[in-house]
Amino acid sequence: MSLKFTYHNKRICGILTVLPQREVLFEEEMDNYNFSPAKSMKLKLAMGFNKHRIVDENTNVSDLAVFGINYLLNNQLIKKEDISALILVTQSPEHFLPATSNIIQGKADLGTDMLCMDINQGCGGFVIGLMQAYSLLEQQEIKKVLLINADVLSHKVSKRDRNSYPLVGDAACLTVVERSETPETIHAVVNMDGRGASAIQIPAGGFKMPGTPETAEVKEDENGNFRSLENLVMKGDEVFNFVQTKVPPMIEELLKIAGKTTDEIDYYFFHQPNKFMLNKLADKIGVPREKMPSNVVENFGNASGATIPTAVSFNLGDVALTHSYEVCFSGFGIGLTWAAIVQKLEKLKFNEIIYY
Amino acid sequence: MKPACKSCTKEHEKTNYLHMKQQIIEILTELRPEFDFTQDVDFIEAGMLDSFDVIMLVNTLDEKLGISIDGMDVVPENFSSAEKIEALLKKNGVK
Repeated sequence: MSLKFTYHNKRICGILTVLPQREVLFEEEMDNYNFSPAKSMKLKLAMGFNKHRIVDENTNVSDLAVFGINYLLNNQLIKKEDISALILVTQSPEHFLPATSNIIQGKADLGTDMLCMDINQGCGGFVIGLMQAYSLLEQQEIKKVLLINADVLSHKVSKRDRNSYPLVGDAACLTVVERSETPETIHAVVNMDGRGASAIQIPAGGFKMPGTPETAEVKEDENGNFRSLENLVMKGDEVFNFVQTKVPPMIEELLKIAGKTTDEIDYYFFHQPNKFMLNKLADKIGVPREKMPSNVVENFGNASGATIPTAVSFNLGDVALTHSYEVCFSGFGIGLTWAAIVQKLEKLKFNEIIYY
Repeated sequence: MKPACKSCTKEHEKTNYLHMKQQIIEILTELRPEFDFTQDVDFIEAGMLDSFDVIMLVNTLDEKLGISIDGMDVVPENFSSAEKIEALLKKNGVK
């Protein structure tokens, strides 16, 4: 059983996805991996490896985020004075301290009568951030919440790690959340299990294991991947098994709470780890694969908490400006965390992708 | 057509059994031609299949047999021998 939340009269106003200009093809990097070209090409099909968007070494989360905020302001999609809170969900903080949300606020020259907070969440970060935004909107002083899901984890993934590098992407998604006039109820469920914390982690570089020349040393693992202790490491089998075991019953539970059948949901916008995992989830939950888009990894890469809003921007685009949909968002991964929301995605004021 | 007698039924099932196992070995050989999958060894422990091979194998089996192997069953121990794979296919609806 999950922890349950309910919200009323809240909505997503718009989504802006900021992607790096730089696009790298899987074929260009295939030689980095310890696989034959034939096997790499088969994996490309199964996992959805194709191309990904990667920032250059000098670009960080605040660069993508501020670029997006300026776009929103310059195009009158939001007013500075309406931003009462900035929630940044990231696992690519620019410093241990201060919080990167404060850095973004300063660089974007936003008002001081606002709340900034960083949330350290990964693949589940869109759902967790959205829940926090809905909770803040219970306060009448809060006008709008700017939720930013941003990560540049390509900086922390070894280029010779075939488990993770072909999939990783960088992005920032800016989601404006506000009160709604329509009396819609939003249902959410959350689960966390720190016993699985080592399934996806960056072992060194924090206070527990500070970076040293030894932690930076690249070594080969038993599967032929090369990485250091300062790189992200993912136990792919464990993560796959966790997702397939935990997510389908959670979705079933949430739909029951919301009083919806699987057919009544127009889209299942799930976190985008890879095509294979999403197809298996769709089959298990019993929804047509076309209702659960799985095309973010093959086009842009997996940018952690940014993949769900990216999937909305990429798959619905302008259509979301004229149509509303019943949607189910679900994020799962690092933590371990698995969470989901069922809500109406009312007609958006903006829903687009721009390039940094 | 239904088999005419009990012995015929047994023979028929046996033929199917051989056919399925043979198909599995053919698919495995296509995936990793450098290994002999008729050997009586644990494919995972012997390093004949890694986790990426398992994913590709599941994709191939799903496609060729028109099924969707349950994601919860995609664990290494279900792919350690042709017999285990056969049992998995039966569990997922292959007759």
